[in-house]
Amino acid sequence: MTFLDYAPAPESTSILNLKKSYGLFIGGEFIDGHGGSFATVSPSTETTITQVAMATEADVDAAVRAARKAFSGTWSKMPGSERAKYLFRIARIIQERSRELAVAESLDNGKPIRETRDVDIPLVAAWFFYYAGWADKLEYAGLGPAPRALGVAGQIIPWNFPLLMLAWKIAPALAAGNTVVLKPAETTPLTALLFAEICQQADLPPGVVNIVTGAGATGAALVAHPDVNKIAFTGSTAVGRGIAQSLAGTPTRVTLELGGKGANIVFDDAAIDQAIEGIVSGIFFNQGHVCCAGSRLLVQENIHDDVVARLQKRLSTLRLGDPLDKNTDIGAVNSKAQLQRITELANSGDSEGADRWSAPCELPAKGFWFPPTLFTGVQTSHRIAREEIFGPVLSILTFRTPDEAVAKANNTPYGLSAGIWTEKASRMLAIADKLRAGVIWANTFNKFDPASPFGGYKESGYGREGGKHGLAGYLESSSPKGGLK
Amino acid sequence: MSARVAVAKTYKLFIGGKFPRSESGYTYETLDHKGRFVANVAKASRKDARDAVVAARAAQPSFAGATAYNRGQILYRIAEVLEGRRDQFVAEIRAAEGVSASQASAQVDRAIDTWVWFAGFADKYAQVAGNGNPVAGPYFNLSVPEPTGVVVALAPQGDTGQSLLGLASVVAPIVVSGNAVVVMPHFAQPLPALSLAEVLATSDVPGGVVNIISGNPAEVMPWLASHADVNAFDFAGGAGLDWVSWQRDAAGVLARVVAPCEGIPERSLERITAFTEIKTIWHTKALG
Repeated sequence: MTFLDYAPAPESTSILNLKKSYGLFIGGEFIDGHGGSFATVSPSTETTITQVAMATEADVDAAVRAARKAFSGTWSKMPGSERAKYLFRIARIIQERSRELAVAESLDNGKPIRETRDVDIPLVAAWFFYYAGWADKLEYAGLGPAPRALGVAGQIIPWNFPLLMLAWKIAPALAAGNTVVLKPAETTPLTALLFAEICQQADLPPGVVNIVTGAGATGAALVAHPDVNKIAFTGSTAVGRGIAQSLAGTPTRVTLELGGKGANIVFDDAAIDQAIEGIVSGIFFNQGHVCCAGSRLLVQENIHDDVVARLQKRLSTLRLGDPLDKNTDIGAVNSKAQLQRITELANSGDSEGADRWSAPCELPAKGFWFPPTLFTGVQTSHRIAREEIFGPVLSILTFRTPDEAVAKANNTPYGLSAGIWTEKASRMLAIADKLRAGVIWANTFNKFDPASPFGGYKESGYGREGGKHGLAGYLESSSPKGGLK
Repeated sequence: MSARVAVAKTYKLFIGGKFPRSESGYTYETLDHKGRFVANVAKASRKDARDAVVAARAAQPSFAGATAYNRGQILYRIAEVLEGRRDQFVAEIRAAEGVSASQASAQVDRAIDTWVWFAGFADKYAQVAGNGNPVAGPYFNLSVPEPTGVVVALAPQGDTGQSLLGLASVVAPIVVSGNAVVVMPHFAQPLPALSLAEVLATSDVPGGVVNIISGNPAEVMPWLASHADVNAFDFAGGAGLDWVSWQRDAAGVLARVVAPCEGIPERSLERITAFTEIKTIWHTKALG
């Protein structure tokens, strides 16, 4: 080891005080479910972290009943100013326990502690803090003088930002006066269960938040439950489509935050060093497990070779390994199944004629890993240009004119995110107008804020999370002329 | 001397700013409220519906790219031209619905006023429905509503008071933001809607922005609901029809759906924003 190498700097797991097993959080208490238990595994070591309960249909029903009781008995009668204080309390406890939550999240998800510590958990606290303030100001949300809560919200979240997605769902729902039943992802239930403990510490009235762990069948039971007024889902377009189909014709409100194939457009006048950093964080942040990832790089043809060379140099400096190490840039892929999907799609890139380059990094023997990878020579018809890979794989295409960049960027059934890199503000604004995507980052990428609405066009889903617009998904308009179903 | 023989009008579809017959060659009889024959009306087929979607898709981007001020003037122009032809609409509504002259006249008034009301919202709804966002960082962050794209609508199908006003109340909030629309008018009382097409054609509305296809919604709507190039649906008049299976089909491409309403949709901001998408733009701020 030379003095330029990094010594291992792992964050200790001794901060965690985990139980050997966790039940379901229903009516303010952890109770045994009826479906047995399953292990949640650390994807970087394949070792079991703890056992969690598999919620059955009957368990989901019990959770919905607890949420209904809390809605009619307590939460809907409580003044917004009091609801707000519970949410402020939760925000503060998250800040107090932030390091513990960051360690738990990295352990369970495989993402680097640098990200959970600096991005995920601070945003979780910010989300509760932001929506806490809305709870007694709903008349300013643009939905009439006295908008009403919907009732019980069923919420299903993915594994890529486990606690952050929980915050995106629970904070606005509770601020608007709803109670919730939330199902975390099968592979990342840990921080949702710690959040249940936080609800207990905050003395949140029983039943306002209920957490049911499980797999796809648990989520399906929640979607199918007749006493749920709202389903909020973040996950794949295929599952979201199924939810939309199954709820057709019912009064259940639905918001869907689904897949993406974001275009990151780099013009030849861009500030190139910043653009390289933005491209890297656009696709390699969180191992590329990001629905709004900039997974298609559209680079102006005359700077293609330079950009690719700079990217290769930059990616060669990324450190892949122990997610708990403070110097780690790239963590583990979340599951074996996801690693197989990434591998299969990357192989299709080879067989369809694109050129693969992977960063020269050593992959640990245990766990699920995929090196940061670039594909050049990608055609718009290639699967790696059309399908969401949800991994650290960047497909690079070129364009000559702004019109061509816009046409290629919009050439996808998705419409979640896009990036624009140029020093010319008038061009940036003109391009932003033409892109069919819900979030546009100009000279930056993958930025999130509770005040900023997030959500997709087209097959990336509907509804917005964040900001004033994020409240609309949990409120019934009291405007006498509103009330659209 | 014999009385003059009136010249009867052939009622056709309105697609891409033109008035074609149905490619199928099919028509259906429309009757007045006493069951007497009035006209043969073009009966839209699957192909006509698909042609209308193609026309709407082609027209939508430039219409959305027009200034909001311009769109407002176009909608206001519709009201002006409609006002000038009100006698024709009163007569057609009376024949179709069997209502009194004053009821028919009131419906025309409300239809005109609906166009004016939405015209005035064209350059305001984005201010009401969008906003700047105070994010925690050096970023300019703005959320703006944009049109969803191509919308398919089914006009209200009630017995009276809707043959003109129902269609206007559905179409105006869809197009004011810059969407293009394919609308099926009242099935049994299509003539006021088809005459409105003549108003649209002479009101600066770009061809393809509004497409009116008369026909049986039970036959045509399933094809539109499963069409992959439609972004949203307003099933306003679908209450007595199989709109649930249309909604299921529309989920294939995650199209947005507004469920049937009772009577005529009220004028509201919500009806505009139901067919818009919020786009949020982040831009860095820096001195150097």
